[in-house]
Amino acid sequence: MTATTIETQPQPAGAGSPLLEVDSLALQLPVDGEYRPILRGVSFTLAAGEALGLVGESGSGKSMTVRAIDRILPPRARLEGTIRFDGQTVADLSGAALKKYRGEVAMVFQDPRAHINPVRRVGDFMTEVLRTNLGVKPKAAAERAVEMLARVGIPDGARRLDQYPHELSGGLLQRVMIASALLTEPRLLLADEPTTALDVTTQAEIMAILDDLRRDFQLAVLFITHDLDLASAVCNRTAVMYAGEIVEVRQSSLLHTDPLHPYTSALGAARPDISESAHRLQAIAGRPLSALEAPPDACAFAARCQHHEDVCDSSHPDLVAIDGGLTRCVRADDLRGRLGVSHD
Amino acid sequence: MTAMVTTTAAQESPRRRGLRSRLGVSGAIAATIVAIASLVAVIGPWIAPHDPTIANLSQAWLAPSADHLLGQDVQGRDVLSRLLAGARSSMLGPLLVVVVCMVLGSSLAVISAWRRGFTDSAISSGLDILFAFPAILLAALSAVVFSPGLWAAVAALSVAYTPYVARVLRGAMLRERNQPYIAALEVQGSGATSICIRHLLPNVMPLMVAQATILFGYAVLDLAVISYLGLGVQPPNPDWGVMISENQSGILQHYPMPALAAGACIVAVVVAMNLLGERLLERSNASGR
Amino acid sequence: MTEPSHTTPSSGAPSDAVLAVRNLRKDFGEVTAVDDVSFTVPRGGSLGIVGESGSGKTTVAKMIVGLERPTSGEIYAAGHDRSKPARGGAERRRRGREVQIVFQDPYSSLDPRQPIAAMLDEVLRLHHEMSQADRRARVVELIDLVGLDERQGQALPRALSGGQRQRAAIARALAAQPEVIILDESVAALDVSIQAQILNLLADVRDDVGVSFVLISHDLAVVRQLTEEVVVMRNGRIVESGTTTSVLDDPQEAYTKRLRASVPGPGWSIDQVREAASLATD
Repeated sequence: MTATTIETQPQPAGAGSPLLEVDSLALQLPVDGEYRPILRGVSFTLAAGEALGLVGESGSGKSMTVRAIDRILPPRARLEGTIRFDGQTVADLSGAALKKYRGEVAMVFQDPRAHINPVRRVGDFMTEVLRTNLGVKPKAAAERAVEMLARVGIPDGARRLDQYPHELSGGLLQRVMIASALLTEPRLLLADEPTTALDVTTQAEIMAILDDLRRDFQLAVLFITHDLDLASAVCNRTAVMYAGEIVEVRQSSLLHTDPLHPYTSALGAARPDISESAHRLQAIAGRPLSALEAPPDACAFAARCQHHEDVCDSSHPDLVAIDGGLTRCVRADDLRGRLGVSHD
Repeated sequence: MTAMVTTTAAQESPRRRGLRSRLGVSGAIAATIVAIASLVAVIGPWIAPHDPTIANLSQAWLAPSADHLLGQDVQGRDVLSRLLAGARSSMLGPLLVVVVCMVLGSSLAVISAWRRGFTDSAISSGLDILFAFPAILLAALSAVVFSPGLWAAVAALSVAYTPYVARVLRGAMLRERNQPYIAALEVQGSGATSICIRHLLPNVMPLMVAQATILFGYAVLDLAVISYLGLGVQPPNPDWGVMISENQSGILQHYPMPALAAGACIVAVVVAMNLLGERLLERSNASGR
Repeated sequence: MTEPSHTTPSSGAPSDAVLAVRNLRKDFGEVTAVDDVSFTVPRGGSLGIVGESGSGKTTVAKMIVGLERPTSGEIYAAGHDRSKPARGGAERRRRGREVQIVFQDPYSSLDPRQPIAAMLDEVLRLHHEMSQADRRARVVELIDLVGLDERQGQALPRALSGGQRQRAAIARALAAQPEVIILDESVAALDVSIQAQILNLLADVRDDVGVSFVLISHDLAVVRQLTEEVVVMRNGRIVESGTTTSVLDDPQEAYTKRLRASVPGPGWSIDQVREAASLATD
């Protein structure tokens, strides 16, 4: 699978060797007492200051990819392949090196309320890591928290630190989570559906803040979402996942006009269009497969694909480079120029 | 009530799996103990080798022999026979308590959960007041008001346990009542009684069975204590609690067998019931969403 | 399509409207969740109620189907006043045949112990005098109508995927043959590819049986796809209403403009995000 490491796209300014390298990641979890695949050969790279979207439906493996990077996989998970951060293999980290890694990789979750202790004040929560892990004095820690809150658009930080989580709205709480994630000066931010539970206007605010922070701190952002439109709006590149593997990596601005994989194209066409209604939507037949249901030696999407031919069932396609992107489709060459999304 | 469903719906055949795979090893042992105790409660008096009530003071505290496998008690009665015959009141009493508590408790819980608001607060406050009375105090009261005996003890425990049952079930039923599928039935125009009987209660049933099992264990113990204190089953009727009370002097006189045998029966049933209840509770949690 | 009718008739039940809501208000203690909300849905038409969390849109839905009691105001469905609780089982069931609802969460909106066919049979028995054979035939018809197969019809909900469960919930709503179905974020929890299938199914159903939809949603694109008219709610009040086309293409109110600008779409860029977010600081 040498094709996976080919990087032909323009990297953002200042990017040298990638900050995060995920190489042939395969994950198995026990399901009904038997090890079953969850991720299959997931590879991608992410440079400092770059935002990479990871888009997929339920069961695609996008969240598990993030958990593997953050080393918070379920017990008894079997992980193969390597994850390198700043040149170091993440699986080998322990002790002080692991602690340092945890400080450099921050995570923001979908439901902020599920990840904050409801009976402790916001300030307690935000400064805990600074105080306990980094030995920062409480007063200095609080000052840094207020500063960071200002950066995520919360001007009255000092007052917020004294409040309890239930006193804040979902959007405000998510900003608090982002601010506290950034307190340890991370270099990589893993954002797992950070705006899915929020209102659309709040989502826009959060996305704008994340984008500012990325530029200001040269932060690498791995943005997990089910929303192709959102990912393509805010990420430099987008990787589309299906059945536990990446099926396309593409410069975001080309995802709609010039997708490489039929699934990406179908996903874009299935969404209703806000600027015009269609008589019927171009729905994708069937339901999304998870990796454990996918056939091992055929294209996982073949059964739902409108460009399906016999060749799709006979071999498992590799991820190959084509026109500045990567696609996992044996018919990719045939289909060039035929996959653009139209709502007609 | 209209007949339960359905047209062509093939009922999901409950897969017959072994007791052990369903409840685990400890659960299976517990279930076996409970089954034996229940069987003895029914046929005990008939299989008792001797008359459990005929005293023979000349044979008091005799050690186990071929004729008296567990020896003889303070009044020379056959200990094994008294255990077998005593199983009836020792198991029947708790069964009655459990039945009464579950009926009362689940009724109060379902009314609370369904009506919510004022009715719920009123019922909850009423139960809080009942909570304040300990079971033994109620038993003493009951023994004074009625005459001491199994019925008085059962009545006292039923009153004491009902608030506990109602509170646990109310929580579960309230969660179920707030599920959208219940709201969908209300929007259809189904009546409250029909929704509760056909949808709400069946979905809480696994929890109710688990609670009833655990409650049974407590009731065995509390009824034994009440009988021991002389407020429950009256001597010379055989009962495990009474047996401990009658034979406690033997423990100090180096004749511990009669009291300990009764104690062991109580402990075995209580532990088995609790274990079984815990297993059932785990299963009901696992099968929940 | 009939002309949009937002004007509220002065009295009685408007004959051309299958659902009319007038000056609806709901207080929860000190908080007013819904304040002076009025709209009508013409027979066969469909209305979107758009808003974000706390806008009161779900409370409106609950009042329409009788799960919440209005503090004041009137609700007419199929010509009948339903602003007070139903008196007796017959009226309750009649209301069930007028307005039905499909909820958001396909997992908790079906009884986990009841196979789909049994669930539909129960609804049919509640509403219609039918022989067992007729009910059985109708159940098969409903299951087929929502795109499930016979095996799925006999299955318990846990054996079905989210999309299949939502199909079952739609079948349950259709079983009573209502004139209006409230879709309370009914496609919000579904995967994109499944969402498209369900939206198409809903459009098919509307064409086939002529039912009206009231779509409660935060998703403007979904509203555009399924409705002709829309009301935009914020903090319990209607801030803008009109045809879906005009409101979404040419919003008049600042809030609607901001809502519209916040929706990501093809060609949408981070600068537009910023623009939408800066509108927020008004």
